[in-house]
Amino acid sequence: MNRRPLRKFKNGAFLVLSSIATLMGLACLAAILWTLLSHGLAGMSWHLFTEMTPPPGAQGGLLNALYGSAAMTVLGILIGSPIGVLAGTYLAEYGKKSRLSTVIRFINDVLLSAPSIVIGLFIYEIVVVHMGHFSAISGALALAVLAIPVILRTTEDMLNLVPVGMKDSSAALGAYPWRTTLSVLYPAARSGIVTGLLLAIARISGETAPLLFTALNNQFWSTDLNAPIANLPVVIFQFALSPYKDWQDLAWAGALIITVTILILSISARVLLALLQSGRGAGR
Amino acid sequence: MAIIDPRHAAKQLIYERIFRAATLSAAILVLLILGGVAISLLRGAWPAVAHFGFSFVTREIWNPVTDEYGALAPIFGTIVTSVIAMLIAVPTGFGIALFLTELCPPLLKRPIGVAVELLAAVPSIIFGIWGLFVLAPVLQRHVQPWLIDHLGDIPAIGDLFKGPPYGIGILTAGVVLAIMVLPFIAATLRDVFDTVPPMLKESGYGLGATTWEVIWHVVVPHSRVGIVGGVMLGLGRALGETMAVTFVIGNAHRISASILAPGTTISSAIANEFTEAVGDLYTSSLIALGLLLFIITFTVIAVAQAMLRRLERRGMSAA
Repeated sequence: MNRRPLRKFKNGAFLVLSSIATLMGLACLAAILWTLLSHGLAGMSWHLFTEMTPPPGAQGGLLNALYGSAAMTVLGILIGSPIGVLAGTYLAEYGKKSRLSTVIRFINDVLLSAPSIVIGLFIYEIVVVHMGHFSAISGALALAVLAIPVILRTTEDMLNLVPVGMKDSSAALGAYPWRTTLSVLYPAARSGIVTGLLLAIARISGETAPLLFTALNNQFWSTDLNAPIANLPVVIFQFALSPYKDWQDLAWAGALIITVTILILSISARVLLALLQSGRGAGR
Repeated sequence: MAIIDPRHAAKQLIYERIFRAATLSAAILVLLILGGVAISLLRGAWPAVAHFGFSFVTREIWNPVTDEYGALAPIFGTIVTSVIAMLIAVPTGFGIALFLTELCPPLLKRPIGVAVELLAAVPSIIFGIWGLFVLAPVLQRHVQPWLIDHLGDIPAIGDLFKGPPYGIGILTAGVVLAIMVLPFIAATLRDVFDTVPPMLKESGYGLGATTWEVIWHVVVPHSRVGIVGGVMLGLGRALGETMAVTFVIGNAHRISASILAPGTTISSAIANEFTEAVGDLYTSSLIALGLLLFIITFTVIAVAQAMLRRLERRGMSAA
């Protein structure tokens, strides 16, 4: 029995189907970017960056939301990065194969894909309930908790890439591990660790769910970390679901700003990583 | 440093201890965060758990006026939307991963891979707003009427496609979720397929197998554990995803047979109602929903990670 035509047919069908799947994936990305550009560019103007979020029917911008998002992201990274970097250092340098490290690595990977809304509830329970009100600082803490796993993972991976010879040389000069880490490993892994920070910023700057009940929102300009603060994702959420045309336009403009920022961050992180890898490859 | 100053050495040792303690406490903090999440959710959910007991997860009622809450509708919605998402995203992600590892011209491999990863970086609120304003109208006008006309009258499965085409609802949420988890599944599966030793694949080709036969008889069996792990990782994402679903689910606390009807999920119920919840029991019930979500996703993600780890270890011992 000649099975050759059937086999060729199956193979051809598979080739076509998997190419279609890839085209569908790319089409989704293109469709989303196209929608954002066509709706968002219309709303782009200087008002966005100079005026506060308006009441319905009035003209306005997103200044307070942009500031609030930037402030909480920066604060979240400032809180999260020392913890992430130090914990990653522990896993890579001190506890490499200990049972504790295995557990921490596992838990960290679970946290990496844990639903962000659950993290929001956690911060609500331990911070907002005790303070008695919503606040910018609780929003920043929620973002920090989301940033830590990303930073920890990248730091550990990047420290592991540093050639053992460099570490040994430092140890041979009589340096304690802390000195080696600070003066040899961190500089050698610097761009890798920066990549982790960029990825973490990209991850947290679009997060909405954990801010809903930590930072809440604020229609006015506020720099008080102890009070609710406006932020881009929650403003987009509220304005997009509103029946007012002005608000929806602002939501689209905000969505475009946030997406472009995040895509630029992720692309730079990837470029940095590629440079790092090609540099290392040439060095060997 | 020809002469070692004992004072200097003692100071170095102190710094060393401080630094080591700092890194260790940061690492332990990660454990404490997870423990803290579990404990704080338990504490917050306690009033609801104590009041409703086990019936919380078996009752459909959700009535803030009479202060009665049951989690069955959100649990149902979460599972059904995730199942729809996986039914779409797993075959598609599988196709993309195979295209990238086995078929793609080397020149296009990186750009397409990066594009898929960028889709993963788009924040979920963007998927939500896109789903509401672009996808839902398209489904309402073109896809849902077709489903109702052609599948609505078939016995047994017809009930799934009954009712008016709302646009928003369980099906739309499932489709948006599918697009969201697709890049995660595709990227994980691509990495999994990349762990198959080229020697095995070349042996297959050497025996005269077609690309499909090599994939089905060599690549897939070899990476079975990783495939299940990658799919479950995607499932974990789909179960916990909040904003994208909140936009398009319709937020109706009821269980409908039709997947075209509005519904609710655990995460969207929390996102929609938490800040408006008045009364301790209402808030506590929402936190209890969060606890349920935490337990479900934790289990799924932990199993996924365990399977991916098994693959990694095997990959290392084979190399």
